[in-house]
Amino acid sequence: MSEMWTARVRKAWQKNLPIEKLLPDDQPAYVASWIYVFGVLTLSALAVIIGSGIVLAFEGPAWYHTSSTGKFLNSIHFWSVQLFFVFMVIHLWGKFWMAAWRGRRLMTWITGAVAFVTSIATAFTGYLVQTNFDSQWITFEAKDGFNSVGVGAWFTVTNLGQMLLLHVAFLPLILGVLTIIHVLMVRKRGVVPPIDAPADSDGVKL
Amino acid sequence: MQFDAQPWRGKTKRYDIIKEGVIALVIVAILVLGCSLLFGSPDEKSLTFKGWAASNSENFYATAVQELAGTSGTATYGPPYNKASDGLNIGPLWLQKWAGVTRPIDTVNDFVITPLSTQVLSPPIVAALQTWNSAPDSVKSAWASNYDNAITKAEGKIAAVSAGDYGPVPVLAQSLTEMARSGALDAALLSQGGFFQTDNTKQILFFGDGSYLDDAGTAANLQGGTWGMMNETGRYPGQAWLWLYSFWYQIPPFNNEESKPIGANADAYIMAIMGLLSFGLILMPLIPGIRSLPMRIPIHRQIWRDYYRSEAIPRRK
Repeated sequence: MSEMWTARVRKAWQKNLPIEKLLPDDQPAYVASWIYVFGVLTLSALAVIIGSGIVLAFEGPAWYHTSSTGKFLNSIHFWSVQLFFVFMVIHLWGKFWMAAWRGRRLMTWITGAVAFVTSIATAFTGYLVQTNFDSQWITFEAKDGFNSVGVGAWFTVTNLGQMLLLHVAFLPLILGVLTIIHVLMVRKRGVVPPIDAPADSDGVKL
Repeated sequence: MQFDAQPWRGKTKRYDIIKEGVIALVIVAILVLGCSLLFGSPDEKSLTFKGWAASNSENFYATAVQELAGTSGTATYGPPYNKASDGLNIGPLWLQKWAGVTRPIDTVNDFVITPLSTQVLSPPIVAALQTWNSAPDSVKSAWASNYDNAITKAEGKIAAVSAGDYGPVPVLAQSLTEMARSGALDAALLSQGGFFQTDNTKQILFFGDGSYLDDAGTAANLQGGTWGMMNETGRYPGQAWLWLYSFWYQIPPFNNEESKPIGANADAYIMAIMGLLSFGLILMPLIPGIRSLPMRIPIHRQIWRDYYRSEAIPRRK
């Protein structure tokens, strides 16, 4: 009798990502640089973005124009996005100079890079739905770029409803899934060893 | 390189990733709260048709005439709004044209006639609307074009426009200007004749046809030619991550609209370049040369300096 699908998934998970790998309590000795901090800082900023975004979503896109609490929440959302990009760009450069795609970590790089591009799209739609002068300006200017390559026929930056839904539902969902996959892949493969490092401390290359 | 994929068998150390995550979250939260309390966030009020007609009524009036004459930016745009032009191209790729007209806009009716028709109007304006609606298209076009040309000749000074055969166009333009000044045009364009409305396409396109939005963008240092895409209103950081996209607009041939074929189609070329560069970033580990840079430029010696020192691993030659 063939094995149950559920059992297959459980076994595959246990084989590829046992709990010791998912939540390890040790790391290779070479994990000792400030550059490692920027991945977790990016995740932390993303958590603040999502938290403040959820509160803003409950009150609607125009709330922050008239409420001091709303303005404060908007400020939190704004600054967490700024920090998110600073942390993420440093993380990305760090991983580039570490050639962090080595050792079957190509998909880790790819999911991270796609998450970076998705983050830009998510932030961009956020700027479009501010419902203030800045969003009027960005909307009018940005439409030409998208129209010029045909994308504007469907991705209509001048359509506030479409941009709002993409910003609060679709794009965060994609970014969230990519982030989870990215982190799980880091845990599965482990932190990339230093360039030229032997695989053990005795200097023996496997 | 295969050994990189094996589980690490060298020295390890205790490392609490949950604790690290919590500390990071607290630090980021403190930083964000600090910036929010100290600096707040930008929120300049949106512009309105009412403000436009009140602060520069001649420009609004002239723009209304352009919408009737079919000479405004929107009326001559092409896809996805109309077929007035083919739009931009990248060599043989006419993507804008091929995508077609998916958001049709008829500037005459959508921007001028329909909004006016929603109002309670005085008899002369009702008569002007009837005259316009009952005239053949060729006559309408001649009236509006004559008037548009006359305004251009008078350098936008409406009072200085010489007499001519303009039909009801001056009355319609004046009525729309007064409607805008009262705030009624904002409401009429927002509702689009319905109750629920979430699409601002017509409003924003009409708005951009005049000089009001453009002047405000220039005053706020937001123009594309001055890195405006990554700027924000006030003294706040903007979308700095768009620096590379913005960069292309600062250099020739992209910054010269007269330069063919690239400058004249800069938007399309820059979108294509950024699309390719994005793919390049995603697939960077597969690109020969670039993927070897981290091995050739020894920044990794700094990142892992403690490890290289403790293991006495010599620098690459």
